[in-house]
Amino acid sequence: MAFDVAIVGAGIVGAACAASLSSSGLSVVVIDANGVATGTTAAGMGHIVVMDDSEAQFALTNYSRKLWNDLAAELPGTSEYEFCGTIWVAADDEEIVEVRRKKDFYENHGVKAEILDENGLRQTEPNLRAGLAGGLLVENDSVVYQLCATRFLMDRAIRDGAETHTGKRVVEIKEGVVTLENGDFIAAGNVINAAGFAATELSPGLKIVKRKGHLVITERYPGFVSHQLIELGYLKSAHGKDGDSVAFNVQPRSTGQVLLGSSRQFCSDDTEIDHNIVRRMTARAFEYMPRLKDLSTVRIWTGFRPATPDNLPYIGKLPDHDNVYIAAGHEGLGITTSLGTAELIADAILGRTSAISSEPYSPSRVFSEH
Amino acid sequence: MNKHTSEILIIGGGGAGLSAALAACSKNGVSVTLVDDNPRLGGQIWRAELGKTKSPDAAKLIAAVEVGQINIVNDAQVFAAPGANSLLAETPNGTIEFDYEKLIIATGARERFLPFPGWTLPNVFGAGGLQALVKGGLNIENKRIVVAGTGALLLAVAGYLKSKGAKVVEIAEQTTASKLTKFGVGLWRSPSKLTQSIALRAKLLGVPYLTDCWITSAQSCRSPRVSKGVTMTLDDTPLLTRGLPHPDQTSNDILKAVTFTRKGKTWSIECDMLACGFHLVPNIELASMLGCTIDAGFVAVDEFQRTSCENVFCAGEPTGVGGVESSLIEGKIASFAATGEFEKALEFFAERVRTKKFGDALNRTFALRDELKTLADDTTIVCRCEDVAYGRLTEFSSFRDAKLQTRCGMGSCQGRICGAATEFLFDWKVGSVRPPIFPVKMENL
Repeated sequence: MAFDVAIVGAGIVGAACAASLSSSGLSVVVIDANGVATGTTAAGMGHIVVMDDSEAQFALTNYSRKLWNDLAAELPGTSEYEFCGTIWVAADDEEIVEVRRKKDFYENHGVKAEILDENGLRQTEPNLRAGLAGGLLVENDSVVYQLCATRFLMDRAIRDGAETHTGKRVVEIKEGVVTLENGDFIAAGNVINAAGFAATELSPGLKIVKRKGHLVITERYPGFVSHQLIELGYLKSAHGKDGDSVAFNVQPRSTGQVLLGSSRQFCSDDTEIDHNIVRRMTARAFEYMPRLKDLSTVRIWTGFRPATPDNLPYIGKLPDHDNVYIAAGHEGLGITTSLGTAELIADAILGRTSAISSEPYSPSRVFSEH
Repeated sequence: MNKHTSEILIIGGGGAGLSAALAACSKNGVSVTLVDDNPRLGGQIWRAELGKTKSPDAAKLIAAVEVGQINIVNDAQVFAAPGANSLLAETPNGTIEFDYEKLIIATGARERFLPFPGWTLPNVFGAGGLQALVKGGLNIENKRIVVAGTGALLLAVAGYLKSKGAKVVEIAEQTTASKLTKFGVGLWRSPSKLTQSIALRAKLLGVPYLTDCWITSAQSCRSPRVSKGVTMTLDDTPLLTRGLPHPDQTSNDILKAVTFTRKGKTWSIECDMLACGFHLVPNIELASMLGCTIDAGFVAVDEFQRTSCENVFCAGEPTGVGGVESSLIEGKIASFAATGEFEKALEFFAERVRTKKFGDALNRTFALRDELKTLADDTTIVCRCEDVAYGRLTEFSSFRDAKLQTRCGMGSCQGRICGAATEFLFDWKVGSVRPPIFPVKMENL
């Protein structure tokens, strides 16, 4: 029997695609070498955030956030969906200028954002150190326990008839068929490569590299922090293109735990914890939130962001193919953009008009580079 | 960060660690460091009582180690290995990095807890945990205490509690009378004073001792006051009870009675405290973090106590629960092998065979019966740190799946309690161990 769609990868992107396509009545099979939400998805922070690095990034994150916020009421309690909002923290007056620019950008694009001055910031987050210049509060950002949310999306797909094959590695994707490591074939009218950083193995030519990250989580300290706090320079200054970098990024979990990021390292292929980068990461966080020093850390883990050269994911049809699609390379925004990605892919397969233009994310851009 | 360098680094100040330390410093010129997480040496087996070590043998050994050319670092909790031949430990004065040429892991064992309805009530303790609290000054005079579970420890704890004025109203041992008798008969082979059978010793204690008997639930009543007198802070609780959340300060429920079953009959007994433990779980987290091969839950070692990792040795309970005599001998062998004195190590091989037989008999005797897998109902909490109930866990097929979806094992005890329980209940393996292997202040990472 042939499926309408075979999805390679059961991370949050694959699960979201499965949920969307199954609800449209297509027969779907999801295949993963390991299990549901066990790769990059399991390692992430679960921050649903609108970003403005580029118009294209803004469009996808903003669209996806809306989809998440619409879905929120249906998510089970275990998904711990919280509208905590994001505060982009400005350390000094120079960064306040950037706060104003960011606010203007968001407001011009219909996203609610509010500037906090020094006192406003301190009152909102008393554990930040005194003397920080202010910040930008983006109210409708949220956090989610993405492992349970992914499970929820997959269960929805299964409810609508999807099959999952976990513990099965796909070794080849061709028009109309995927080949498993054991030699079996699965026939499907459409194939979606949603294999994260492994997507390049199945679809050569895509440019995705692993960008390693570390996260640190504490015991429970309810009320210690109430918004996702990120230093304003997050992607620009702190996370430059080259070399290892760290930035202050702290998240309140509904359990009362404090989740601390973030680090970015290229050229690191092992999952080991790098104590030097963890110390740089915590030292950076102490500059913003000195009281973090006394919190008890229970776990540290690592994960790999699937990073593309232009920081945008590959979403859409693979060039020179009729029915092979890519949904991979979401870097550190895969949890946020999973839902938007799924809609764009479903639109393409079903021939629907999309809510946003899918053109900036087309995989064809990597093949037209010279 | 303070740095400390030594040729031989020993982690753990119980029987195996002390024995290893003493053997290591018998060779002149070797620098030896012993790191322990308690304020005083002795481990769980010889935990000091109000600052004093009661066992004369232990006191002698500790004294010898203390006068030896050994650098002893107390109150230091090893939590990470930042690189080859290096460990990080958190101390009250910050983090120390310990660099070594050879490492001897002697991290001992902890009690196994199994979930049953009511096991999370205030005044339910681990057997060893309660003993440690009493040694630390908790008054149990005239308290009615039930001791239950399995293992040689139960009787020792009951005797100790009685000597401190408690009324031990019942000892419930889940193993069968015939297994116990066999164990008793086999004891002539053991070298020590353990020549009396356990049942006989119970009789001498004057405490009702029932075999084939186990707890099915613990019941509570409303208390006019919040949990009588037992308050613990993380800093002064012994390792055995660490990770167990503090008695619930918001609830008035406290332990009132426990229900037993034996040969088809069930009955309840009123009591003030319950001390329970289901034999021992080896502390393999450090070895596991370093990447040592783990075989059926224990650290795999060769005849010289070498692990699969170069320059890393392991002695005592992490290599197989075998009791203190086994630990003492393995500590010596590991130490002689680590200092290159293989001839000396060889001298103890025969003795190790003997103690190993005793350990095997111990484990056979106190193997857990399958009925204990059925005590928890769907609402019984299994992971106390993250409040995950038994019914929720039955949805999953592996520890990792359950962990990722429910956070079971992700709390401050890092799965030390629920991991050991689910290993028995569902046959799950806990999997890889990452630093920090103990909670550590963020500034000390």
